[in-house]
Amino acid sequence: MVELLSGNHAIAEAVRLCKVDFIAAYPITPQTPIYEKIAEMVSDGRIKGQMMRAESEHSAMAACISASLTGVRVFTASSSQGIAFMHEMLHFASGNRVSIVMACVNRVVSAPWAFGSDQTDTLSQRDTGWIQLYCEDGQEALDTVIMAYRVAETVFLPVMVTIDGFYTSHFIEPVDIPDEKAVDKYLPPKSLPNRFDLKNPAFIQNVVDSHYYSEFKKRQFDDTMKAKETIIEADKEFGKLFGRSYGVVEADDLEDADVGIVTSGALVSCARIAKKNLREKGIKVGLLKIKLFRPFPYDEVIKHLANLKKVLVIDRNVSCGKGGIFCDELKGAMYNLEKRPKIYGFIGGLCGEDLPPETIEKIALYVINEDKAPEKPIWIHGMTF
Amino acid sequence: MDTRDDLLRQGHYACPGCGLAIAMKLVLSALGERTIVVIIPSCEAVISATYPFSALKVPAFHSAFVIAAPTAAGISRALKVRGEDDITVLAFAGDGGTYDIGLQSLSGAAERNEDFIYVCLDNEAYMNTGIQASSSTPFCSWTVTTPKGKKERKKRLMDIIVAHSIPYCATATIGYPEDLIEKVKRAKKKKGTRFIHILTPCPTGWRMREDLTGIVSMLAFETKIFPLYEVYDGEIYRITKMPKGLPVKEYLSLQGRFSHLKEEEIEEIQKNVDKEWARLLYLAKRNAENCA
Ligand code: SF4
Repeated sequence: MVELLSGNHAIAEAVRLCKVDFIAAYPITPQTPIYEKIAEMVSDGRIKGQMMRAESEHSAMAACISASLTGVRVFTASSSQGIAFMHEMLHFASGNRVSIVMACVNRVVSAPWAFGSDQTDTLSQRDTGWIQLYCEDGQEALDTVIMAYRVAETVFLPVMVTIDGFYTSHFIEPVDIPDEKAVDKYLPPKSLPNRFDLKNPAFIQNVVDSHYYSEFKKRQFDDTMKAKETIIEADKEFGKLFGRSYGVVEADDLEDADVGIVTSGALVSCARIAKKNLREKGIKVGLLKIKLFRPFPYDEVIKHLANLKKVLVIDRNVSCGKGGIFCDELKGAMYNLEKRPKIYGFIGGLCGEDLPPETIEKIALYVINEDKAPEKPIWIHGMTF
Repeated sequence: MDTRDDLLRQGHYACPGCGLAIAMKLVLSALGERTIVVIIPSCEAVISATYPFSALKVPAFHSAFVIAAPTAAGISRALKVRGEDDITVLAFAGDGGTYDIGLQSLSGAAERNEDFIYVCLDNEAYMNTGIQASSSTPFCSWTVTTPKGKKERKKRLMDIIVAHSIPYCATATIGYPEDLIEKVKRAKKKKGTRFIHILTPCPTGWRMREDLTGIVSMLAFETKIFPLYEVYDGEIYRITKMPKGLPVKEYLSLQGRFSHLKEEEIEEIQKNVDKEWARLLYLAKRNAENCA
């Protein structure tokens, strides 16, 4: 059934469809409509689970972790400062191998205080051991939350599903809401282990020595790497049942391209138009959308980009003293290849600053004409480049 | 008591004479096997043993420092979803994790009246990290971060918790195990947030002989430094045991952490204790009069 929905409300619909048992949340702009919608659904019985009004994001995540260890299906949502505040608990979640799904609405992290979209909030959690999936629009967000439960409950790792603040979170567009019975069929039966077994009591997460610590971390690392196969399989199955699939990356027109544009989140939509416009003018440009960020999709990135001469990356995020985070990761992923493209890093669209297709076209033309790839990022500020 | 049936097994990692370990044992024996325990960084975490061992005979989860209360809330709500409503969820936290870093999350859970028992094991400093002052450390007490004695008074935590109007709050100490066990059992029968504040002497941090734990616990009560009482629904106070009202000096003089005290300081401590006792008596009597 197609309805007009904001990205936030699309995520709330997904939570309903997944029959989530426990939700703990704290309000923060621009995530609040997810929390409000779910609260409404719990109060009118559309969601049968428990809703805990938390007094902070740190506590919300703490309660999600212990509820998930008790074997029930769990959801939370946050943004920006809230995600930063949760940081400690994000490590606890992945280290305890719980299957939480969290929707993250990307927003700048202060200072200075601001509210627009910026992925630094979630990207700075990249080392917490969470699977991270970046979505382009509301439809993808809804579908990805459903897939995320299948993945999280198969590999026992928590999953972040991210959308751009205000652009995707508040923009209203037609969204196809899948049939509830089909979602039931798609998701694994609710059978997470209750790790507080009274007959077989265990002490979860007691203190370990360095030997055990490394052993636990190595296992977590290997399982995170392997999770990619589960993500690919979940996406394919979703495609079969619902007619939509996204891949861990999406490659478009890269085979013969002179330059490949790489970006993520809502910026992909602008890059699509830029690519189309340039192709119409006979300029060979391709596009790679990165959806999966952790585990990093090495094979796919190498497959689609290694043979190009030039790649440009647009990052709506910044690692101060280094550059755009996606750009940095791409460079790292390809460094050991014999043959690799030159990589041009651009930082733009911070705090939701408009980065229209025309600007992306100009960036692509600049890269085509400029043979020296800069070590440091080029800032795109204002509507012109 | 037959220790073979203890839910805190022998061979745990507490220092000799640790009051906290005794409190854990008593609380667990009062609650029984159908209990899930939340532990946060503190002596109780170390006492509960390191991987792959466990001193606890019930399922337990060692969570982060700030969040004993919401962690317990997550479990108790999840148990409701699972339809298992005869299991007690218990949070063990120290004074640091309760008075200081964990107070916000405890307050949040208490305001929502989340269904669990929260036990604050109060040894009046951060003992596990090496005796640093917490907001529970008493006036004048030596710690490594208050080398000349703490200038501020102990935070009146019970008053803060009582202000949340939760169904049951109580104080207890290992010096009176029957009183402690009774209170835990009373708490177990109720639903919602229940809070028990237990004074647990720590020979290591209190700088005293290991065999004095029991005596010091009793003296804390008999000197009125640590009165034993209950509060129902944030309203009805009941003093569960009447102290003799011995001079505070008898309590203080056994502990190295107070060995530097001057007469004026002891007098001031006595004055504060008398004032707080009068206040508690007023609250308890007021209830009796109101009921009459
Ligand atoms: S430091 Fe104190 S509280 Fe901690 S285990 Fe030793 S005696 Fe017990």
